[in-house]
Formats: sequence, structure tokens, C-alpha cells
Amino acid sequence: MAETMYDKIWNAHAIVERDDGQTLLYVPRHIVQEGSRFAFEFLQDRGLTVRRPRQMLASPQMSISTRRRDIEEITNPDQRLTVELLIENTRKFGVTHYGLDDPRQGIVHVVAPELGFVQPGTVLIIGDSHTCTAGAMGTLAIGVGATDVLHVLATQSIWQRKMRSLRITVDGILPEGVTAKDVILTIVGRIGANGGKGHVFEYAGSAIRAMSVEERLTVCNMSIEAGARSGMIAPDDTTFDYLAGRQFAPRGASWDRALRYWRSLPSDEAARFDREIHIDAATLAPMVTWGTSPEDVVPVDGRIPDPRAEPDAERRAHMEKTLGYMGLAPGTPVTDIAVDQVFIGSCTNARIEDLRAASAMIRGRRAVVPAFVVPGSTQVKHMAEAEGLDVIFRKAGFGWGEASCSMCVGMNGDTVGAGKRCVATISRSAAGRQGRGSRTHLVSPAAAAAAALTGRITDIRKMGA
Amino acid sequence: MEPFTVLDAAAAPLDMSNVDTGLIIPARFTRKPRRSGYQDYLFHDLRFRKDGSEAPGFVLNREGFRDARILVADRNFGAGSSREQAVWSLLDYGIRCVIAADFGEILEANALKCGLLPVRLDAESCLHLRGLLHAEPGARIRVDLAAQRVTGPDGVAYGFDIPPFRKTCLLGGLDDIDITRQHDAAFLAFETAYRQRYDWLFDAE
Repeated sequence: MAETMYDKIWNAHAIVERDDGQTLLYVPRHIVQEGSRFAFEFLQDRGLTVRRPRQMLASPQMSISTRRRDIEEITNPDQRLTVELLIENTRKFGVTHYGLDDPRQGIVHVVAPELGFVQPGTVLIIGDSHTCTAGAMGTLAIGVGATDVLHVLATQSIWQRKMRSLRITVDGILPEGVTAKDVILTIVGRIGANGGKGHVFEYAGSAIRAMSVEERLTVCNMSIEAGARSGMIAPDDTTFDYLAGRQFAPRGASWDRALRYWRSLPSDEAARFDREIHIDAATLAPMVTWGTSPEDVVPVDGRIPDPRAEPDAERRAHMEKTLGYMGLAPGTPVTDIAVDQVFIGSCTNARIEDLRAASAMIRGRRAVVPAFVVPGSTQVKHMAEAEGLDVIFRKAGFGWGEASCSMCVGMNGDTVGAGKRCVATISRSAAGRQGRGSRTHLVSPAAAAAAALTGRITDIRKMGA
Repeated sequence: MEPFTVLDAAAAPLDMSNVDTGLIIPARFTRKPRRSGYQDYLFHDLRFRKDGSEAPGFVLNREGFRDARILVADRNFGAGSSREQAVWSLLDYGIRCVIAADFGEILEANALKCGLLPVRLDAESCLHLRGLLHAEPGARIRVDLAAQRVTGPDGVAYGFDIPPFRKTCLLGGLDDIDITRQHDAAFLAFETAYRQRYDWLFDAE
């Protein structure tokens, strides 16, 4: 029978199926970060041990300072303890840890593909909802909570129910100024914040095929924002070229055997998906979120929607409340919105291509509002510095930080003030996400840089040189 | 896990849709030691003003609702970040059941695994129940897991669905590791074959 890629990966990892439809999946790849402290705590409380530590990686990402690579820089004792516990627990159980002193440290969703640790046709588990990012490698990448992390630590397996499949086909050529971020914001807007619930997405079509791996990672990263636990893209030559030579990638004869498996993964021509959505790439525009849900999205040349025009009462109530929180009036042109600060970073958009796109907007101009750039990993940071991107950012008045989740989640003290409006390249604009009372607008890296230069939300298609 | 059988308790109405896990517990509290309890962080930025005093308008600060053990919410409760602390903060506060039109997927899975029962009723029934609770603060709702039935303060009963396996686990207080250990022979046989078939994944070891 014709199978989807999801079917194939699922079948290759299914150990036993219970009669209630729950399947025990083998977990070849598992990554922990400082948030996993609770799972380690529970593990030890129960007298258990890590079953396959060599199939794991660890790196701190959220609690660490963007100022200096030094644990002493973490002033909040709770945050500092989590970083210390990650060191202690990984040492105790023999897990490879890329800590603050390691050039491979970074946001785990950036590090996993960058090191070739995540490979096509595998299952990746991380205790973090943006695990779906790695689906861009042709992987079933699932974000879980601490109880499931505990289960994976103790058993190297996870109970899952088979999801329905939803294929999102984006065909055509993206217009100038429209990025992978705009594609996924459009998709989230169309599907709705919980519309993908119970589904695994497969992104397909010529526009997706034309994307680099880094762009695909941006797309898959926000699958969770449409309610899907996982989103994936079939591996192809772009994927294989990206993987070749990376630290954990197979070599020699192993590579050839791996490649044969990887080429068998794409969904069969005749495979049936439970749902299908088609998007014409040529119709897309740069997108901006205006509300506290990623589904609250409009084209940058549009206006803030008017709740009075919304027929659905529940949606109308959400819109009214959201506009109040965001301090926005219906009908306002999006490009009239003045911003207080800009953040370029996160597992959504802080890889090298993102930083290149952002720095390319600068062209000798200066930021007129505070702007902060935080690379997604230490490797990305070093690469950017080798290319001189840090100098371009600094000269333009942008801050340049050490790799961290930073202002995307605001745990390390990098936050947006109450009532302040931040244009950010991150994935969530929830109330208080970037700090209590913070107002977030999600955009692409180039659009974020442009907002820093103009002090307002900006249509990069109209941004002169 | 504490078994869940029948819960007959005061319920509080939460008239908001898309309550994401960041609202249930702001990220800055998610690093607190588990053993000291998470009850004070639940809905922190809704429950407390900036100076730390209670926000009088928030439902759990109002008489009749403070001791609620059941929440009746709206659409898409617990969307967003996977933080399980959201479930812990609800449980530590004393809430063992959330009734909503639907749930964020990870939160729902986490809830079932930690002993918090997520009950899906249609949005209209949720609205009706919230209306009853507003009209009579302190009113009780009865949740009978074995019968898969919720009974409102007005005596109207609603059925709900739950995966049978999760129901058994909740009723018996069994967790996943207990179950998985019963399959260890299958696991080991599978793993041996997997490591041969995909040997390149283990080259670096």
C-alpha cells in the first residue's frame, strides 16, 4: 500500500502497538537542555538511570547570558541552577554536553541539524515544543513535556498515537521580498492556531523544494504554531548536500547505505493524506502578526483588521481583547505602526542565512530603535563573525549577543518592557511572551532589520537602497 | 500518579479562549524546584498585580472560586509552549480537571500523564456551565471518570471521550514507565535489529 513519509518513519520505529492505538516508538535521537532538569530529578527520585546516553546530546540554551560565555554571568539563581544541573546530570549519566565553553553550544533546534545529529528517517525527541523544527530534515521530530522526557531517558522509547496527515503544498515561485517566514506565517494564518491539531504536516511543492535547508527549518519550526506536533519535509539532494561532512553525518560506505534509506523516505506518489491544503506561492506577501496568536496575521501592506467585520462572535471577542493588549486601532495601516525595539534571534530565524538577510538590509544605515541580534548557535555566531556580519550590525547600532534563546522566551533577563512594542523574528507573539506586558510582532529577519532602521513596521519590498 | 475516580468539587469559570501555557505559568517561574510546589505561579500575571497583590477581578481571587478544583474554560486551553509546569501549577493549586472546548495538544497529553483530567465538551456546553458558575459562585460540578460523565450544577449531565488506555491509567494511578517495562523483551529485540539496519546512526559511538 502507498505510504506517506510519516507512515514509513513511523513503521520503522514502531516496537509494539497497544489495542488502544498507542504505539511504543524507538527513539534513536534525544536532546536535553537545561529545562530537562525535572526529568533528571524524577529519574533519580525513582532510582532509574539513562538507558542509552550515547544517543543523546545536551546543550544549555534558555537560561544563559547573551553577554558573556560564563556561568557567573547568570545572576538569577534559579536559572543558574538549571545550567549547573545540566552539567551535573550529563556528567553523572555520561551524556555528551556542549556547554558554555564549547563552540558547538546553541539552541538545540539549531544545533541538531547543524551537527548532523538529526538525520532523515529517524525519530527525534526533545522536551521543547519547537522540536518540530528538525522535521525539515525528513525526521519525525516531536516535542514533549517533562514526563515524556523522563520516559525517554529511562526507556529510550515513547508512547505515541498515530496522527492524521496533512499535506501543505506550496507551488510556484515566491515573489521578491517574500521569505520562508512569510510562507509559514501565511500557513498558520490559514490553518489557525489550533487547526493542525492531531495532524503531522508534510510541506511539499516546488516552493518548498526550492528552499534551502535553513529556510525549511524556519517553515517546520512553526508547525506547532498551527497546532501540529510535528511537520516534515521530504529529504532530497538539498538535504543530503547540507548533511555531508557534518560531525554526526555518516561517512564512506555508511554514507552510501544511509543515502539509500534516505532516498526511500519521500511519500509515495499514490499516498493519500487525510487533508490537503494548496497555496500558490505567487500570491504571497511579507506577513506581520498583529495579535497575541500567530494566526493573527496580515500582509505588511494591509491594515489592522476590524473586529466589527468579523462574523464569528468568539473570534470577534478575541480580536477586541487582542487589539486592546497590543494597543492597536482597527484600520491602521500596518506600516504606520511605530516600534520600540527589534529582536533578531530564536530557533525560528537565527541561522546564518537569517543573519545574512538581516545584515543585507542595513547598507550603511543606522538603527533608530534598540535592536538586538542573537545568533542561534555559537557556530552560527563564529560563522557570522568570520563573514564580518557582526561588524555590520554593530556599526549600525545593533547589539550582538552570545548564542541563546534570549528575548524569544525572556528567561535569561533579556526581556521587552511592559507596553513596549517589539518586532521580532521569533515564533510566538503570546501575551507576555517576551516579558510581562510586552507586545510582539512576528516578521522575517530582513523585515525585522528594516523595522530597526525605520522605527516602524516596514515593507521590505519598498525599502530603497 | 494519584488515581482519579470521581471528583465532586467547586468549579471556576475562565472566560477566555486560547489561554496558552505562558498565561497558565509565565516562563520566568518554570525553573523553580518541583518539590516546593507550583501553586503560586498558576495564572500568575492574571492573578496578581505588578506589586504582588491580588488582582481583584481574576476569577480565582473571587469568593466561591478560590477553592475550585475544576476549571471550565473555553476554546484551545493550554496552547503554546510544551512546558509541563503548566500542568503542575494547575495540580498544585488543587485543580484536577479542566473542562474546555478543546486543548493544546501537548498540554492535553501532559495532563493525562500527570493525573489532570482534560474534559472536552462542546463550546456551547462550556458556555452554559460557565454561566451557571457565574450565577452561583461556589457551585459544584461532578466528574465521574469511570462513567465518563460530567454533571453540572443544574443536574444536566454530559458524556465525554477519553482514550480507554488513559482512562485505565488515571483510574489506577499507573504511569507510562510502569507500562513500558512490561514490553522490555520486545524493546530489546527491536533495538538489536534497528541498530543493525541503521548502523550509521551509531558510528559516532
